[in-house]
Amino acid sequence: MLQVLDIQQLTMDFGGLRAIDGVDLKVHQGEIVALIGPNGAGKTTFFNCVTGVYEPTGGRMTVRPPGKNVAVRLNRLKPNIITEHGLARTFQNIRLFQNMTVLENVMVARHCRTRSGILGAIFRNAGNRREEQEIVDFSYGLLEKVGLEGHVNDLARELPYGAQRRLEIARALATEPFLLLLDEPAAGMNPRETSELDALITRIRDNEGVSILLIEHDMKLVMSISQRIYVMDYGRLIAQGTPREIAENPNVIKAYLGETFDA
Amino acid sequence: MTAQSTLSIRRAASEIGRSLLVSCWFMFLTFPIMVIKVNPLERTIDWQWMRLVWIGLAVFPLSFVWRWLMRRKEHGGSQDGEDNWQKRLGEKIRADGKIYTALLAILAVFVVAFPFMFSSYQTQIMISALMYVMLGLGLNIVVGLAGLLDLGYVAFYAVGAYSYALLNHHFGLGFWPALPLGAGLAAVFGILLGFPVLRLRGDYLAIVTLGFGEIIRLVLENWNTFSFGPSGIAGISRPWFFGADLSLGQHTVFLYFIVLILVAFTIVVVNRLRNSRIGRAWIALREDEVACQAMGIDKTRTKLTAFSLGATWAGFVGCVFAAKTTFINPASFTFMESAIILSIVVLGGMGSIIGVIVGAMVLILLPEYLRAFSEYRMLVFGASMVLIMVFRPQGIIVGVRQHYRFGRKESTEEQGERDAASA
Repeated sequence: MLQVLDIQQLTMDFGGLRAIDGVDLKVHQGEIVALIGPNGAGKTTFFNCVTGVYEPTGGRMTVRPPGKNVAVRLNRLKPNIITEHGLARTFQNIRLFQNMTVLENVMVARHCRTRSGILGAIFRNAGNRREEQEIVDFSYGLLEKVGLEGHVNDLARELPYGAQRRLEIARALATEPFLLLLDEPAAGMNPRETSELDALITRIRDNEGVSILLIEHDMKLVMSISQRIYVMDYGRLIAQGTPREIAENPNVIKAYLGETFDA
Repeated sequence: MTAQSTLSIRRAASEIGRSLLVSCWFMFLTFPIMVIKVNPLERTIDWQWMRLVWIGLAVFPLSFVWRWLMRRKEHGGSQDGEDNWQKRLGEKIRADGKIYTALLAILAVFVVAFPFMFSSYQTQIMISALMYVMLGLGLNIVVGLAGLLDLGYVAFYAVGAYSYALLNHHFGLGFWPALPLGAGLAAVFGILLGFPVLRLRGDYLAIVTLGFGEIIRLVLENWNTFSFGPSGIAGISRPWFFGADLSLGQHTVFLYFIVLILVAFTIVVVNRLRNSRIGRAWIALREDEVACQAMGIDKTRTKLTAFSLGATWAGFVGCVFAAKTTFINPASFTFMESAIILSIVVLGGMGSIIGVIVGAMVLILLPEYLRAFSEYRMLVFGASMVLIMVFRPQGIIVGVRQHYRFGRKESTEEQGERDAASA
């Protein structure tokens, strides 16, 4: 199977603190992969390195967009360029554009797939109007997919929490990624919302052909949707494998529950 | 029953007590300026105690009103009501094409007839108000949309004014060719300022832009061979009107229409930009820089376009200013100007075009028409600014985002078009 994301020996130091220590991680096309670990294990830092928010101290990060026979090295690229190459993400603490409407939030993410500039915006020629209409239609289509079509003109900050999470996913999808990185998508959701999210993530993978890498604490969700799981603790990878292997791995149990607990 | 009445009596007593305290405090605060009057000729001091009494008596009831207003605001009831009222009115006007067109027609007729209805003096005031509308709308791009706090906006205004003045002085260039040149030069300066401040945000950005504004002014003041220093440049030619020899009054009317057309142009452009790919990128940048970049927006380019486009408008107005006064010197481009333009944007309502227009009208016309109050006018002016910010921190008019309709496959693209065309 084609590897869409290949991380080798990723290391990230903050001053004297090594937040990520030689992590290897691969995502294949059409896979849902989970990255789990106790709080402070370095999962979000890992995401920030891959999406260009941080510049990693060491290691090699490459993506291989499906359909194109090229490997792109992500090291030192700016976040927006990485997004252009086809990686999109959501944030652990929701980062929507609060004072824009739901539709506009998604429309913003069409930026890197559209071209009209200042003059186009001022003169509104035919090509420009068509592009604008395409942006609106595309964004609306995505909102339908995540079930937010009824909130099109509401401000993002007025949405209920679960809907904000789904809007973040729709916004990320609007950049037409081949790999979606979800940072704790189920955080703060009730069980019903979580099971809806489970269905949504699977649907995105199946219908949009997007591979998914997610950080998650909800073990039920992780076990049910992911094909493979990576476990991090103190910046190191301590285990990887199928959900079943991970559930039985003594190192994982120790990391989660502490040394003294005898599982 | 009795318990309740004692409670209400106690509450009333505490309210009166607080008001008494407030009036005493105000009497103490205003004591030096209101009571002591030094007579330097006779070397005596007049103690105007009666004034102190009047202040105490005036502040006492006002403090009740103030506390009542603050409570109303805290409960949020009245404000929500007001917002709803405003929102409903706005929606009604927007939804009903007839009212909208009628209102605009009335406004258009009034605006066109203005210089013929009122005196040349009034027209002059209106010209400067309209100039500030343009400046406000330009700064609105930088501050309101892109969220970059720019305290040196006046620098671009100066660049526009000096480029026309100098081109006119040295090469005899007229107003019309100088207008795009001045705006273009201001845009270049916008980019020049933009580059070093790309990494800065908020307070840091504000300080650097403030410094930039002062640098431009100081250069103009001290580089005598280039800008003629503090004595400025005089005899700048007025706009050319098909070679006609206009009287001073006619020139004012002509200039009024030039500014009017420029304002209309600005409104169309800003309105269109706001609801475009670029405009959305600006707003996204304002809302969340990290998320904005993660969504594939080039932060550098977006910031630079905001800076240079904002500066372009200052450049336009700068040229008009030089043509209006026919004399410019660095004293016209102090920090005070930047502060006023920023107040227009903040008071009017950040990101709202109508808000900025109203803000400019209030801030520029109010001091003019308050001249009747002579020395108190700046006091009234300042007090009204404080009051607006206390009771409407979001600005006089809150910007509304464009709404889209679906189902009938008709977006409000059409409506945006209408907004733009009518302006």
